Amino acid sequence: MAVVEQEPVLLRAYQFTPEPDSASWSAVLHICVMTVDHKKIGIMYVIMALVFLVIGGIEALLIRFQLLFPRNNLIGPETFNGLFTMHGTTMVFFVGMPILIGIGNYLVPLMIGARDMAFPRLNAFGFWATLFGGLLLYFCFVTGGAPTMGWFAYAPLTEHTFARSAATDFWALGLAVSGFGTLTAGINFIATILAMRAPGMTLRKIPFFVWTMLWTAVLILFAIPPLTVALTMILLDRNLGTHFFDVQNGGSAFLWQHLFWFFGHPEVYILILPVFGMVSEVIPVFSRKVLFGYEFMAAATAAIAFISLGVWAHHMYAVGMSRVVDLYFAAASLVVSIPTGIKLFNWLATMYGGRIILASPMLFAVGFLSMFLIGGLTGIMLAVVPFDLQLTDSYFVVGHFHWVLIGGTLFGTFAGIHYWYPKVTGRMLSERLASWQFWLLYVGFILTFGPMHVAGFLGMPRRIYTYDAGLGWDFWNQVTTIGAIIQVPSYAILVFNLITSLWKGQPAGDNPWHAWTLEWATTSPPPAYNFETIPTVHSRRPLWDLSHPDDPDWKYE
Amino acid sequence: MNNARLETIPANLIRSLPLPPPVALERGLSPAQWGMISFLVSEVALFSTLIVVYLTFRGSDLSGPTPAILSRTLVFCTTFCLIASSVTIHFAVKSLSCGERSAFLRWWTASILLGLVFLAGTAYEWRELIVIHDLTIGRNLFGSTYYTLVGFHALHVTAGVVLMLTVLGLTLNRLVSFSNRAGVALVSWYWHFVDCVWLVVFAVVYLA
Repeated sequence: MAVVEQEPVLLRAYQFTPEPDSASWSAVLHICVMTVDHKKIGIMYVIMALVFLVIGGIEALLIRFQLLFPRNNLIGPETFNGLFTMHGTTMVFFVGMPILIGIGNYLVPLMIGARDMAFPRLNAFGFWATLFGGLLLYFCFVTGGAPTMGWFAYAPLTEHTFARSAATDFWALGLAVSGFGTLTAGINFIATILAMRAPGMTLRKIPFFVWTMLWTAVLILFAIPPLTVALTMILLDRNLGTHFFDVQNGGSAFLWQHLFWFFGHPEVYILILPVFGMVSEVIPVFSRKVLFGYEFMAAATAAIAFISLGVWAHHMYAVGMSRVVDLYFAAASLVVSIPTGIKLFNWLATMYGGRIILASPMLFAVGFLSMFLIGGLTGIMLAVVPFDLQLTDSYFVVGHFHWVLIGGTLFGTFAGIHYWYPKVTGRMLSERLASWQFWLLYVGFILTFGPMHVAGFLGMPRRIYTYDAGLGWDFWNQVTTIGAIIQVPSYAILVFNLITSLWKGQPAGDNPWHAWTLEWATTSPPPAYNFETIPTVHSRRPLWDLSHPDDPDWKYE
Repeated sequence: MNNARLETIPANLIRSLPLPPPVALERGLSPAQWGMISFLVSEVALFSTLIVVYLTFRGSDLSGPTPAILSRTLVFCTTFCLIASSVTIHFAVKSLSCGERSAFLRWWTASILLGLVFLAGTAYEWRELIVIHDLTIGRNLFGSTYYTLVGFHALHVTAGVVLMLTVLGLTLNRLVSFSNRAGVALVSWYWHFVDCVWLVVFAVVYLA
């Protein structure tokens, strides 16, 4: 078995990570820098993402305060442009991706009964590349201000003519470096999932989260390299005088849009597929039923991954492509709703007739179901060309993708964090604080992003730094800002809960939720080697089989 | 642990419990092989993008040199060297699998030399283009796309040569032998891939 062959290599890798018992700051730092353990690296990814979440959140708040009143002059237009660029870039590349890759890093080896990822040192490299990519991005402030071209950096705004400071170079370099880290993580996930599963765990028996991580990794392989090439072309244009996006010399602004969105659309599925996986773990456990339609869910995940590679130009209807191209991309984008719909109905069917326990993970999962549905529906609206032509680059679009990324990605990720925190720390999170966090986020989120749709319908374009009174936008912008303020304590409660539960939380035990997947078979927190003996698996719910030997799952699968 | 419940069941009942079917061992690729395959898939995406960019701008220049200035004779020779290196590295891996160390060293060194000839050919070609034809990366779109595409490939060849030199050094120090054949084979996978990419680049840039 491949797992057995891997062991000597792992042993050697661990020899380089002396882990002293004393918990002084230098010792902790030493462990962080030296570790190649997938669990520690996973935790570092998540902490890094939470730090960047706070930074990106502060940027969002500044944006909202600027838009609170018409003709407000809190921050100037230049700073405003810098803030929305950094907010978008931070949230997508340094919050969304690292938090999901981190959770995947922690869980995938535990779930498939492996002792570590396939390439532990490459794994550590991936984390550090991501972190230093983020730091490189924020170096742009040293040059006198953030880049001002928006997170998708449409050419020719990135050309030297329009962006003279080195901020844009830092932006491109930061994304390229972190993209390299993400790529190594993708390679690691594929090798781990395909070659290091416990005996008996065929691909038809892996926990559903592992399926989604596998397809996320495949999307990473196809989506990140084109972005790397495009960023290299920006850097060459700016520093060696090439003409890729230099429209005055025959370059093409249109090409950048194609390249960026060829990355950008799979990227949104990189940000949502792992969340589908987490929710698919949480909902069955808290409904006390098996996941409904596992095979169909797996096929739907694959279908989403494939289709998502062919829908990118629906971001570009307004550019004026041919009618045939528009029609193709509209049709392809609408097709995505079929596998996504399969997933939603399967989650509902899992809950139907189940004994639902509304503990904090389930609360967030149900929040995810309701909010992601709405975000998905506005997505279908925007896939229709004439509708998009009316509302492209309006606040409706801003409302739509925040609804998907917060209502979908963030709610689902919080479900996962509340579900697996006991495994990671050995302590339960406070349920009281968690429900405060949930309801503040739920209300604040709807108040923030709901009115954006209305403002969009009323004609408010995105990325304007201020607006005139009397356009009917004042009220909706004020509601949005109030919603953003309501969200602030929610995040504060999360951080408070995560930290104080480390010592105040109830001891969790191995399997506090009575779940069925392998990560709950080991201790909480798991030892460095994960499992004393590599378990043998006979069904999708090995722990059910163990506790119900008279009625095991493998009889029915 | 959950098997606490299992221990409380009387022994005669345990015997009546259903027995799981035997677990079939999966024979598949190793983690390292899957890792190399996924890396190469990402490289396919990388070079596809570069080739699409090259084709997008092909023939769109209004001034400066065009692809007509490229010398095919030289490139045919270097291409031949690269293909030959794929053959020699294949034999190198084969001799290592048979435990023939000296044959491995000969074939492996030949592959490195052929790779170096290819790089030298590229260097000579670029010098001609820059000095004689005045084609720099900033001259026009042909320059930008040509140097980027061929340069990215040459970078990969260089990385391959460095990898192969590392393996050579380790072999000479007797740190690589028969037991490392799987890892050496992975290097050859990468090298074959770089050769295949070159055939596409060659067709797109020099033959089209």
